Amino acid sequence: METCINLNDLNKWFGSFQVLDSINLSISTAEKVVICGPSGSGKSTLIRCVNALEPFQSGSVNVCGISVEKNGRNATDIQRRVGMVFQQFNLFPHLSVLKNCTLAPCRVLGLSDDEAGAKAMHYLERVRIPEQASKYPADLSGGQQQRVAIARALTMEPELMLFDEPTSALDPEVVTEVLDTMVDLAETGMTMICVTHEMGFAKQVADRVVFMDEGKIIEIATPEKFFSEPTHERTQFFLSRVLG
Amino acid sequence: MRERRGKEFYVLAIFFTVFVIFLYGPVSAILILSFQGPNGGLTFPMNGVSIHWFFALFGEQLVGDFKAAFLRSLQLGLVVMVVTIFVSVLTGLAFRKKFFGSTFLFYTTVSSLIVPSILVSLGIGLLYNLMEWEAAWYSSGMGAHLTWTLPFGFLIMIAVFNRFDRSYEEAAKDLGASNWQTIRYVVLPIIAPSLIGVALFGFTLSYDEFARTLMTSGVKNTLPLEIFGMTTNVTTPTLYALGTLTTIFSLVVILTAMGIVFYMQKRRERFGTDAGKGV
Repeated sequence: METCINLNDLNKWFGSFQVLDSINLSISTAEKVVICGPSGSGKSTLIRCVNALEPFQSGSVNVCGISVEKNGRNATDIQRRVGMVFQQFNLFPHLSVLKNCTLAPCRVLGLSDDEAGAKAMHYLERVRIPEQASKYPADLSGGQQQRVAIARALTMEPELMLFDEPTSALDPEVVTEVLDTMVDLAETGMTMICVTHEMGFAKQVADRVVFMDEGKIIEIATPEKFFSEPTHERTQFFLSRVLG
Repeated sequence: MRERRGKEFYVLAIFFTVFVIFLYGPVSAILILSFQGPNGGLTFPMNGVSIHWFFALFGEQLVGDFKAAFLRSLQLGLVVMVVTIFVSVLTGLAFRKKFFGSTFLFYTTVSSLIVPSILVSLGIGLLYNLMEWEAAWYSSGMGAHLTWTLPFGFLIMIAVFNRFDRSYEEAAKDLGASNWQTIRYVVLPIIAPSLIGVALFGFTLSYDEFARTLMTSGVKNTLPLEIFGMTTNVTTPTLYALGTLTTIFSLVVILTAMGIVFYMQKRRERFGTDAGKGV
């Protein structure tokens, strides 16, 4: 299978604190990987290194055949190919939903307003929210905002999608609508890395589950194996807490 | 049943009333006296009502050169405004990160607000004298104004960027935006209302700046200096007419700024509905 992401001996420090400790991970095209672990374990930092939002000190990050430079000099090349959905949605507050989705296609890809608009509506329909196109982010619920954020990322037609705890900031009753959208997306064959605590989603969608703690990858396994017979003690402890 | 108001309500109410009278009383007196009749003097009672003194203001009998001074102040204010916005946005962006000497630079910049204005003015005037440069409102005067407006603009921008959520920039970056595109299409539009505030602030601080201009404007006066000069040698209500006009001008500036903000909001709403109709 074709490799989409390859992380080789990746290390990152914030000052003297090591957030990522010798990370090795390879992800194939169309693969769905869920990363979980206690907070502060480096999950978010890891995926932020994948789309060059964070610099790193040693090791290599290879995304879509491009090697990410440590200082992030070729960040834009990577970021055009990688879509990201943030915990806090990060929709542009000064633009309508539609404009949020057309800004990048117009300015970065150079599409005309009409082309970008058509594309944006296509993806807004896909996340089942086209009727909100004229509204502003502040007028939408958290779940709706997050679906718009997914549509916005998709308008750039990324080769892979990163999700950084996409449901953690949501009210419980709207978590499902976002997860359903992500399941739909997974079915289209998109390569996905999701940092999430939604273990149901991991069981349903993930090809592999990665468990991280203190900046290290502790365990990588298929969901069946991960949830039924985790090998590492720390994984067992984590699962006992998350699954209750 | 309405809640009984405490003693502090009445104390504050009286204080506020006195404050309002103190603030608007003199201005209203000038406003009223500027409509003094042709034979009226500088004080009450009114001797008829007319707009005679407004015409006199533009007539030739006037001692001061009010129109030229106004134009100078207007041009100076606009240039100072533009420079202030430009520089304070850039410094605000720079100060989001710690860099070598940033604390020192911060305090040296802000200390300009603490130094008595007249000393700044005197210093610049002396420097120009020493260097044998000719002081003028558009060179030394502009520099003096910037020592006043830039620290203010800078402080406002620091506050603005402190509140600015950098995650918007991350979202823009992730969508493939270059640094410039991120600034142009995401950061600047989000902070636009604050920029209008900085603009208004920069302009009005310059427009009515007196002390820092005193020693730096060279041979030609800005409007505040001209008005001050006129108080000593104009003995007719023309002076009040001028006061009324400049006050109206300031109000127009403020209303224009508010109008722009209002227009931006309206446009936002309108574009919002347009998008829904597929226009």
